[in-house]
Formats: sequence, C-alpha cells, structure tokens
Amino acid sequence: MRKTLTSVLAGIGLVLACGTSVYAQDKELTIFWAEWDPANYLQELGNEYEKETGVKITVETTPWSDFQTKAFTEFNAHGDAYDLVVGDSQWLGAGSTGGHYVDLTDFFNKHKLGDVMAPATVKYYAEYPGNSGKYWAIPLEGDAVGWSYRKDWFEDPKEKEAFKAKYGYDLDVPKDFKALRDIAEFFHRPDQKKYGIAIYTDNSYDAMAMGFENALFSYGGELGDYSTYKVDGFINSDKAVAALDAYKELYKFTPPGWAKAFFVEDNQAITENLAAMSMNYFAFFPSLINEASNPNAKNTGFFANPPGPNGDQFAALGGQGISIVSYSQKQDEAMKFLEWFIKDETQKKWAALGGYTCSAAVLKSPEFQNATPYNKAFYETMFKVKDFWAVPEYAELLQQLNQRIYPYMIGGQGTAKETLDALATDWNATFKKYGRGQ
Amino acid sequence: MATTMITTLDRSSRAAARGLSDISIRNLFIIPTILFLIVFNIFPLIYSLGYSFTDFRASTNAAANFVGLQNYRDLLNDPYVWSNFAITAKYVIISVVGQLVVGFGVAMLLNRDIPLKGLLTTLLLLPMMLSMAVVGLFWKLLYDPSFGIINYALGLGTFEWLSDPKMALYAVALTDIWMWSPFVMLLSLAGLSAVPKHLYEAAAIDRAGPFYTFFRITLPLVAPILMIAVIFRTMEAFKTFDLAYILTSQPTAELISIRLYKMAFQEWQTGRSCALAYIVLIMVLAITNIYVKYLNKVKER
Repeated sequence: MRKTLTSVLAGIGLVLACGTSVYAQDKELTIFWAEWDPANYLQELGNEYEKETGVKITVETTPWSDFQTKAFTEFNAHGDAYDLVVGDSQWLGAGSTGGHYVDLTDFFNKHKLGDVMAPATVKYYAEYPGNSGKYWAIPLEGDAVGWSYRKDWFEDPKEKEAFKAKYGYDLDVPKDFKALRDIAEFFHRPDQKKYGIAIYTDNSYDAMAMGFENALFSYGGELGDYSTYKVDGFINSDKAVAALDAYKELYKFTPPGWAKAFFVEDNQAITENLAAMSMNYFAFFPSLINEASNPNAKNTGFFANPPGPNGDQFAALGGQGISIVSYSQKQDEAMKFLEWFIKDETQKKWAALGGYTCSAAVLKSPEFQNATPYNKAFYETMFKVKDFWAVPEYAELLQQLNQRIYPYMIGGQGTAKETLDALATDWNATFKKYGRGQ
Repeated sequence: MATTMITTLDRSSRAAARGLSDISIRNLFIIPTILFLIVFNIFPLIYSLGYSFTDFRASTNAAANFVGLQNYRDLLNDPYVWSNFAITAKYVIISVVGQLVVGFGVAMLLNRDIPLKGLLTTLLLLPMMLSMAVVGLFWKLLYDPSFGIINYALGLGTFEWLSDPKMALYAVALTDIWMWSPFVMLLSLAGLSAVPKHLYEAAAIDRAGPFYTFFRITLPLVAPILMIAVIFRTMEAFKTFDLAYILTSQPTAELISIRLYKMAFQEWQTGRSCALAYIVLIMVLAITNIYVKYLNKVKER
C-alpha cells in the first residue's frame, strides 16, 4: 500500500515538475484570429519577432463562422488561452465594457497612435465609446469592401458596342450605382451560364449588413446617430429605402443559388467565371491576383465602391485591431510585442508580407500604392469608410437586421419601407432595453 | 426490501476476503454514476433554470438581475420564436414520416432470402454512420444549382434547392430522411424477423391477401418497435441543428435549435436563451410522454 502511495506521489511530482519547467522555459505569446491569409502573414511577422527577441508567437486560428463564438466563449470563461486577440471592429463595445480587453489608452497616447494610424482605423478599430478618447486596440488589419471585375469581359469590343447601343454610354468601371446595376443587367445571361454580379447575402453574421451598407452609405443614408442612438429617420429614411431597393435590384443579377453568399462565394464568382463583378473585402483580393488560386488572375481588375445618385461615396468597413486579453498571464510580454508591432519598419514589413497596414505613412507611400493592382483603391477607400454599431449588443442588432432584410431581399416579402420601419422599431426596442439614448 | 434484490457475495471471492459487504459494493458502483449525473446533468439543469429568470449575459461583467417571468413572457409573445416552432414541427413531421415510410419499406424488401443480404444491409447503414456536419457539407454540394449532381441527374437545370425559401426546409428534411431511414430500417428488420413464421403460414392456409396479412399480422407485431423508432427520431429531429445550420440560412428553415444557438452564443443573451431551452425541453418531454403512453398501449395489445 505504502509503495503504491509513494509511486503515485512521485508521479504527481514528476508531472508538476515537467509542467512548471515548460512554463518557465518558453516565452510564448498566443494570438487568436480567424482562419484566412492575413493570419498566415501575421504568423510570418511573428516569426521575425521570435528571431529578434526569442519570444515565440503562435497565431491560432478558427474558421470565420466560429470566430466570434469561440473568442467570446473563452472571454466569458475568463480563460487565458489567448494573450492577444485580433477582434472584429464590432466587438469593441462588448470587449471593453465586459472587461475582456486591457485598456490601451495610455499606450495609445504615449506613442501618439492617433496620428500614426489612418483616422478611420483609429475611430473604428480602437476607440470605444465613440469620441471618448479611450482606446482598447491597436489597428492591425485595415479592410473595407471593394469590387473586383472581369477586365476581359469589360474590354471586349463587341460587348462595348452592344452596351453602348443599349444604355447610351460607354462600358467601363461603374462610376455610380446606376452604372453598376446596368452592367450587372447587361452581363446577366443565364442561358450562357454568365451572370451579372456577386453580392453578399448570407444572413448568419454580418455579411448582409456589410453588403447593404455599401449601398446605404453611398446613397447618403445612415444606420442611425451613433452618439444619441436615434434610428428613426435614419435607417428608414427615403435615402435608406432607395438604397435597399438598389441592393435588392442587384440580387436579380446574381448567379443561381446566391442566397447564402459571403466572401468565399464572391471570390468563386470570379475564379469560376460566374459573374462580371464581385463585391468583397480587400483582404480577399490577394488570392484573386494569384494565378494558382484564380485562373483569371490576369483578367481581374478592381475598383472602389461607386458613389450613389447624390455623389456620396462610402464603403463598409471590415478589418480588425489587436487587443490584449485581460485574463492573460503575460500582459507585459504582450505589451512589448505591440510596441514592436507599431514601429515604422515593422509596419513596412507587415505591408510587404501582405498585411493591410493601418499606418498612414505606409499607406501614403508610393511603394505601397503601386505594390498591387488594388492597393490604390484600398488607400482611397480607407478614407471613406463607415462601420456598423459597435455597442455590446451589436449581435442582437445584426440578427434583427438579418431577420428583417433577408426575407425582403431574398424572399421578396413586403416593401423596402415596411422592412426598414420594422427594423427601426426593433432597434429602438433593443436600445431601450439596454438603456441607451433615453 | 432493496437489499434482498442483491445477490449475496460469494464467500470465497476476493471482494468478500477484503471485507467488502454487499452494500459497499453496490455503493462503489452506483455512487460515481450518480455523482457524474449530478455534476454534469442535474446541476447545470437547475442552474440554467435559475438563469432563465434573470437578464444575465455571459459576455458582460454586469450582475444578473432577477426579472421573474419576463423572459418567458417575451419569448412566448415573439412571433419569430413561434414561427421557429411551426417550422420545427413541420420539419419533424416531414422527416419522421419520410424515414418511417422509406425505412420500413426497405426493411420489408430486405426481410426475405436474397443473395448478399448481409452486405446490402451493411451498405444501407452507411449514411447514419457519417457525421451530421459531413453529411451537411456533402449535400450542400449535391444540391448546388450550378454543378450539383442532383439537378444534373433529375434534369432540373438550375433549380435552387437551398436558396428557394419554399424549398429549403424540404431539402433539409430530404437529407435527414436519407441519413436516418437506415436507423428505422434496422429497427424494423429486428421487428420483422421476430414475427413468428407460423402466423404467415396460417394466414396463407386461410388464403389471406397480402394487404390483409400486412395490416393484421406484420404491422401490429412490428408496431411497438416502430414506436421506439418514432420516439427516437422525433426527439432527434426536434433537436436537429448541424444539418440545417450547414445546409441553408433561409429563415423559412430556421429550426428552433438554430434560433437558440444564435440567441445563446452569438447574441449572448444567456438568461433568455436558458428560458427558451426550458420551453423546448418541456415540449420535447410532453411529446415523448404522449408517445410513451401510446407505446405502452400498443404493447398491451
């Protein structure tokens, strides 16, 4: 009996010894992000950091569809599996008021990041609440929605001639939403298995919101007033109604089965010769100029989200900032990594690896703008972006938007005005529930 | 009384030699199980019941406030939740009836002497051995309007199985029928092979027709085991999540479990989702009870 007891104790001791020694030896930081190319670029950047400092960086990823759920499950359990997280811009409210993110205001001010990073990225990726001067993240991956198109289809002389005969103006990159619609209609030929346009329609997370926002903002509409939480007269204004109708109109010219489309499907529309134009985040464009992933790479062009009827031109913002998780045991080490990350030469390296830097200086540099066919459009777009609500209950607001807009867009139920009036009522009720703007 | 049920220990066994009594051995086996059940089933069940009366949100640090029956009131007044229940009911009926018809039909076909019967049965069982998520991903490809093999085989052109609001739920149910008919088939086969042969011989001597034989002999004798299949499949269909979640995002195919998932893990309305989970639990219990009552009646016959 005593023998067994001794051996068990020895075993436990051994396990503990090994466990602690592993902890003591390795300096390691874990960054959590979604599974996509930029995360691989960040891993490469992390490898550079390891070479310089000996601190190992591991970028852990999960598919986009689980990203939000998995991150918040870990936060809510106060788990320290991740030291840093590259969270979606909408998470700022929940992350900061929920106590999941470390307050980075001092760090931000010390390094004057408000001047170093592009203004829109500071406003939407770092600050919460709006205009409070409190910062919770460092802008890491700038992103917005842009468009890719088939240059070969657009430049075909026969198509150009037919287009001019039908619409009375030249076929070119769309200069406004009306042209976008006309071109989509023009190329929509189901009998030839060619379709006009690929847009976001998925209603499971923020796809539908991001897609609709492109029309809404360029039509001069707004989701609401971000400081007073007033939505009546904004989301159901005449401009918003016209924008929703314009977005629904585009759905007519999408490939068959386009009712659950997000970034994967929209890139496929170009690679599989399905559509003439396709909406997508800039972050997904690198694979479109890569011949290995896009057989039409040479014939793919890019343009920024076009203006609406009154000349307003905006785009929906994607992108993420990097935050320190408040339950991490290695916050000091994480802070050191951020200090390294914001250095100019690191930002240049980040851009060279394929990351979309938010550093204003790098964005403005000609070497960045000429590096790829879409970088210039990206630079232009990043100064004309707007984002969804970032309040902690943003997921409820998204769900309500999906619930109202999807049946109208895809199922053709009701009218645009009815849809947006109902959405305004839903949002008012939600804001009231959480005591906002009362 | 209970102790007399236990067989007495063999005096020469090692357990007896160590001085363990019958009762301590019983405790040794039962207590860990009960502890496990309490920690992982009963405790969360009661804990979540408590949460269902609060406005608790797991994603914030704010304290949970007691709101009484507010969550239940709101949920039962929410037209979206009701439409989710209606969709779920429709889905359960379509998929369980479909599985019964297909499963029992195949079992009838297999319940005779045919060559390679064992191999055939095994192959037919394959769908239910796959993971739900994998089946969902495969069928999404099969249903694809541009390159899916279903439209190609049936000559349907670009028919949109999953993006058509009217069709989506049927498409999900069809996949479920494909996947789970083998389960009903397996149970039916067991039931069919247990029907005494002499009954059929007697029926044949009396010149009973095939319909008469089926409705008066086969069906009543297989009914109890079919009822078990129905209970299992109804409970499972009611809980269907992965298949529908992967296949389609149509609001017309949003089952109650998908709504629950969104509420709990996307919106983090923990208190309210606990209340919804309880409503679902009560419904499943009620339906199962009706079935069990009916099953007992069938057995008595």
